[in-house]
Formats: sequence, C-alpha cells, structure tokens
Amino acid sequence: MTDLWYGLPAELQRTLVVTSQVLLLVVPLILSVAYLTLAERKVIGWIQNRIGPNRVGPKGLLQPFADVLKLLLKEIVIPAKSSRFLFVIAPLLAIVPAFATWAVIPVSPEFVLADINAGVLYVLALTSMGVYGIILAGWASNSKYALLGAMRSAAQIVAYEIAMGFALVGVLMAGGSLNLGEIVRAQEGSILHWFWLPLLPLFVIYFISGVAETNRAPFDVAEGESEIVAGFHVEYSGMAFAVFFLAEYANMILIAALSATFFLGGWLSPLQGIPGLDGTFLAAPGFFWFALKTALFLFLFLWFRATFPRYRYDQIMRLGWKVFIPLTIVWLFVLGALVWFQVGPWFD
Amino acid sequence: MIEAVIFYFFGAVLLGAAIGVIASRNPVHSAMFLVLSFFTSAFIWLLLEAEFLAIVLVLVYVGAVMVLFLFVVMMLDVAPDRLQGGFTAYAPQALVIVALVVAMLGVVLWAQPGQLSMLEAPPRAPPDASNTEALGAVLYTEYVYAFELAAVLLLVAIVAAIVLTMRKRPGLKAQDVPAQLAVRREERVRLVRMKPERDE
Repeated sequence: MTDLWYGLPAELQRTLVVTSQVLLLVVPLILSVAYLTLAERKVIGWIQNRIGPNRVGPKGLLQPFADVLKLLLKEIVIPAKSSRFLFVIAPLLAIVPAFATWAVIPVSPEFVLADINAGVLYVLALTSMGVYGIILAGWASNSKYALLGAMRSAAQIVAYEIAMGFALVGVLMAGGSLNLGEIVRAQEGSILHWFWLPLLPLFVIYFISGVAETNRAPFDVAEGESEIVAGFHVEYSGMAFAVFFLAEYANMILIAALSATFFLGGWLSPLQGIPGLDGTFLAAPGFFWFALKTALFLFLFLWFRATFPRYRYDQIMRLGWKVFIPLTIVWLFVLGALVWFQVGPWFD
Repeated sequence: MIEAVIFYFFGAVLLGAAIGVIASRNPVHSAMFLVLSFFTSAFIWLLLEAEFLAIVLVLVYVGAVMVLFLFVVMMLDVAPDRLQGGFTAYAPQALVIVALVVAMLGVVLWAQPGQLSMLEAPPRAPPDASNTEALGAVLYTEYVYAFELAAVLLLVAIVAAIVLTMRKRPGLKAQDVPAQLAVRREERVRLVRMKPERDE
C-alpha cells in the first residue's frame, strides 16, 4: 500500500491529499447544514412549547434525509417566460460562495485548507458574491414578487456589507494581520484576551449584520411571506428550491464560524489562563472549542427567529446606514487610540 | 506549462465575456458578462502574483459596484427590442479609442525594438512574501500624497452624492423619526363613550 502511494507522481499525490482534505471539510459541513434544519425546527418547537419533528427515525433524527428525498423527487418547474440559463444557475451562485469561504477558516490549530495571507479579504470578497444568486433568481423568474424580494435583498445586503467590512477593519487592526490563523493566535491568553471585549460594539454589529446578510429573521424581508409570498425563490420548486434553502443554512454556519474566529478566539479554549487549569486538557486549544462557539452563534440565529417580529423595510435601511456604519467608524477611532497608547491586556 | 494553459483559458473566457457585454441584447445579461470579465481578470492577476489586487477587484467591482449596477438595470424598464439596431451608433468614437489603444500597444511592442526583450519576467516571490505588506509599504510612504488625494476625492464624491439626494423636491415623502417616536397615545386614540344599543 505504501509502495503504491510513493510510486505515484508527486503532483498526483498532492492532488489526492488536497481532494481528501476538501472532502474532510465539506462532507461534515453538508451534514451540519442538514442537521441545522432539524435543530431549527426542534429549537423553535421547544421555544414555542411544541415537540417539533419526531416521526422519522429515532427522535426524528432522520427527518433531514426524508426532506431531501422528498425535494429530490419533486419536479423542477421552470417558468415559461423566465431567463432559463440564469434561472438554473442562480441557486448555484448562492451556494458556492457559502462553501468556498470555508477554505480559509482555521477549524483547529492544525487544520486549515488554504492558509493564505489575505484571508479576511478573501472572506469579504466571497461573502459579497452570495447576493448574486438572490438577485438573479429574482430577476430571472420574471415574476413581480420575486423581483421585489431580489431588490430588497440587494439593497439590504449592500448596506450591511459595509458595516461588516468596517467591523473587520477593527479586527485586523487588533489582530495585526489579514490571516485568520494569525488573528486567532493574537487572541491567545484568556477569555478576557479575546477580541469580543476591546471590540464589543464591532462584535455586536458584526453579528447583527451577519444575520441581515443571511436574510434571516428579523431581517428576512427578502422572503417576507406576509407581503411578497416567498420573495426571490417564489418560482423555485424541488431541488432548485432546496439549494437556496441549503445556501441560507450554509451561510448561517459560515457567519457563526466567522464570528467565533474573529471575536471569540476560534479554536482557543475559554478555560485558558485560569490558575490550576493551565496545562490540563481543558485549557488546550482544539476543534471542539471552535465547534462549541459556532454552535452558540447558531443557537442565537434560531433564538432570534423565534423571538423577534420582522423589521420594517425602511427601518432596516436606517439601522444599517445611519446607526451601524457611523458606530463602526467611531469605534475605529477609539480602537486607534487603544492601539496607540498600548492599552493592556490586548495591545501591549 | 500549466500556467500558460490557465492563462490562455482565462484570456479566452475574458475576451468572450467582453464581447458578450456589448453583443448581448439584454442589459442584465450584459451586466452579468461584465461580472464574468471582472472575475476572469482577477484570475489573471492571481497568476501574476497580485493576490491583494485580485481579491480587491472581486470585492469592490463584483461584490459592490456590479450589484448596484444590476439593481439599477433591473429597475429600468428597457425593452430589449428597443435596443436593437443601435449597435453601430457609437462606432466612430469607438474606432478612435481603439486606434489610440492600438497605437499605444504598437509603440510599446514594435516602435522600440529590443525594449521588450529587456523586460524579462520578474522572479517568483518567495512563498511567504506578503502581497498586502508590500503594497502597504509603498502606498503609505512613497505614494502617500497620491493616496490621500484619492481619499479626498472619494470623500468629496460621497458628500456630493448625499447632497444630491437631500435636495427638496415636490412630492417628497420623508419620514421624521423623532416626530414618529414622540407621538403619544392621546394624539391618535380617542375613547368614545357610547350608550349600549339594544333592540328590546
């Protein structure tokens, strides 16, 4: 077996290694997306004093597979006067950036697919691509409701992207690097060294903007069932609809993972720096802590949806442009002062 | 070898997309072709080891500018058949620009023989070289005035754009948020005491 492996050309070896690494990342990701849909229905069920899905498999654990099978078997209807090529390609444009961004996220101290220097920029560039799927779906459907949903979504995503970008400027000022692994390492120390504390306003703004970016409640006016039926994906059915659905959940996981990386120390242990625990396995960094923090943010997503009523459209715009963007700019100046005077324990 | 293949592949896609921008009848399709050409140019820049510029090209042009472009194009009510036949309307101006570009390329490629052969491909940067750092090192030292001038220009543009939307025009329905929030119950709700109406 080892002889066979070393007999292969070096290029082929490298290709095989990278491909298996990609699979190692993407397969668990797809499974988490599937189980996030179940978790959402269960959690919202419990919050609303219901049981949630419990029929398929033990405790309803096979529900996501039943859903996928149902959607696979449904017919995909393409509206007659639609722009056929863009209609078909739009769901792909929505889901591909959500998965491609994971290439630069350090999930554990050892494992990151592409350890590139301009990681934060790459994340920003790819997350800004996701809006194309929504806009094109809305336009290509040739339907009033779909177009309205697409227009709302485009305006909203562009507004909140700026706030997110400014929040990340704060992160890279504090971390001193565009590399995500370096940003995590810059937060080493204890739970008080993590960037959520010196960047608290940016942290809150980043996560709320992330909820708006993913078109989740209470910012889900792009779907807005009560006003525009289902918004941009009203004409989609079967697997084409499912891909939009999966893209939304993949984006949620992505925003949760990014918030954990930028502000909660990624794979660092929250028990680090506590006397008596240092040196034990509890204070050791690892994938477990990253997954736990990501799950925490995902729970917040579900909690928001079960708690808040939908925002009015003009209020969303006001919050994005007139509250978040000025606040981030002000905090950048505060941060500049903190870095300049080397205020501890973060910047000394 | 593999780099040449990648270069020619993306070069071909870029040219095809650029032709698509001007040839397609539908303005939304044109805009999408423009997105594709930005994207392929970013790949070619990546081949030139300009990672920072390539990612910023995608971030700024694909992620922000073209989204707003599409937004406007979709809102405009342009019937595709009205755009037919206007293809050669701007041909004279276009030909002048093409002639200028060809002349410039000619000067670089042919008019100075031997010049181009002197320009050898720059050596590969080491794998740990940071594009962002290199760019920042010249941008904030050597070109700091040009950089600040560009920043001032952008600021003026932002202020101008805001001033344009702030002008008073008839039929404008603006919301006064403090006034909305200052509304009290007594101003909107009136309790009326009525006698019970019963048919007895």
